[in-house]
Amino acid sequence: MAGRRTYLVFVAFLLLFAFFAVVLADDGFTSRTNLLNIVRQTAPVTVMAVAVVFVLSAGEIDLSLGSVVALSALVTAKVLQTEGLALAVAAGLGVGLGIGALNGLFVTLLRLPSFLVTLASLGFVAGLARTITDLQSVAVANGGFIDVFGSGDVGPIPGLAFWGLGAVALGHFVFRHTRFGAHVVATGDDANAARVAGIRVDRVRFAVLVLSGAAAALAGILYTGRLQGATYTLGEQDLLVVIAAVVIGGTRLFGGQGSVIGALIGSLILGTLTNGLILWGFSSSEQLIAQGVLLLVAISLTLREPKGEHAS
Amino acid sequence: MVAVEELTLGLDSGEIVALVGDNGAGKSTVVKCLAGVYAPTSGRILLEGRPVRFSSPLDARRDGIEVVLQDLALANTQPVYMNVFLGRELVKGPLRWLDRHSMAAQTQTLLHELDVRVDGSSQPVRNLSGGQRQAVAIARAVLWAQRLVLMDEPTAALGVAETRRVEEVIRRMRDRGLAILLVSHSLDQVFRLADRICVLRRGKQVGVRRRADTSGDEIVAMITGLR
Repeated sequence: MAGRRTYLVFVAFLLLFAFFAVVLADDGFTSRTNLLNIVRQTAPVTVMAVAVVFVLSAGEIDLSLGSVVALSALVTAKVLQTEGLALAVAAGLGVGLGIGALNGLFVTLLRLPSFLVTLASLGFVAGLARTITDLQSVAVANGGFIDVFGSGDVGPIPGLAFWGLGAVALGHFVFRHTRFGAHVVATGDDANAARVAGIRVDRVRFAVLVLSGAAAALAGILYTGRLQGATYTLGEQDLLVVIAAVVIGGTRLFGGQGSVIGALIGSLILGTLTNGLILWGFSSSEQLIAQGVLLLVAISLTLREPKGEHAS
Repeated sequence: MVAVEELTLGLDSGEIVALVGDNGAGKSTVVKCLAGVYAPTSGRILLEGRPVRFSSPLDARRDGIEVVLQDLALANTQPVYMNVFLGRELVKGPLRWLDRHSMAAQTQTLLHELDVRVDGSSQPVRNLSGGQRQAVAIARAVLWAQRLVLMDEPTAALGVAETRRVEEVIRRMRDRGLAILLVSHSLDQVFRLADRICVLRRGKQVGVRRRADTSGDEIVAMITGLR
């Protein structure tokens, strides 16, 4: 099942990688610098993908991810201008947690679909991000911050890889090996059955949306560290990429099944694709097309599974 | 409107009592009151002589009452053992890891004891037949019920052979000392399983008969009100 799917996705990743390694042999695709770049560039998406595995598995969705990235990044960068690292990071994460909690409250208390709630907060938060800085970028000069969340290395490995892989390890453990993970999947599988079994379905829904907000905030902070500054366009394209990564990795769009490891591989596939296409000379618009096609392929494969009754 | 006006019924452990009546007689309402889904507007529920009030299904479960519903409340993408332990998963160690190994082993033992032939606790429930799925739901009730199991049309969705097998499992639950309240449309089934039969008509209790002292004709007459 999920295990076999993860294996297939991994094979797909290796094939894609091999393809670029051959085609782009003279463009330095397999150079150390480039490979580390792929890891660096995918870290924020990977962090968000881990959270979105929980969100989708619980049968919810969070469309506000991208705008939370921008607002958290801007708030972090703004606070860094006058305050220290800890306070700035706390403020950035606080933004994500707060918006996640707001989404969660609307979904659980008012029983609104998360699709609509997060569509609304997407607009609201994006507007806020544009307003607080008047569309201006905010530069970051705090060396410690840049080191921890951006260009710093741990030995030969980029620090950003640690953030990404740390999120994957923690996410995988919680998803596969804790009661919370089991309740997330049960909620997305059949919320009524879960409720009858004594699972507090609303708590699960609230928690995954808060988690998603926090992950988006961390992604915003990682972008700010890598780019040494923040702008309101950060994360704009990320929703598509994150959901594509998660779905390619074997998580069901309609809940009840997910894989954190699969999401990591999905994120690497998309990162490799983007990187390869850039080296090949494709424009960012053309990369978007490629990502969209890949998502379409992944969705076609997912929904072909013999379990159509949940799709309705 | 009152769904059920009048009912006085006692159940002993190791006993199957059938609740029968026409559509709208109030059978499901009785089950839902006992399961904590509805709160009765008046009347008392005594559990081993002690009055209880259930404000949610969780309360009823805490008092050792389990429910098996017609629409199987199972998580389809989850393995059998996770369904048996749904909402009450076992954990081990300081990190509170899910103890999948113990859950699978206990499930296997339980299914074996109930003589349910569902192989391997590892396959997802959606791969099972209707009868096997109902057997899983019943196994879950058996594992957790300490006193009473409520069954609302447990075989309504099943074929003949599967129904017989589920009935066998229900008998084995009784042999384990549980009290079972069975709601069924099938009088044949009621006569195969029940020790006593309680008849409801339009929310009122018409009477309770021992199976040995009654006949299908009498029960039908009580259900319809025609003599």
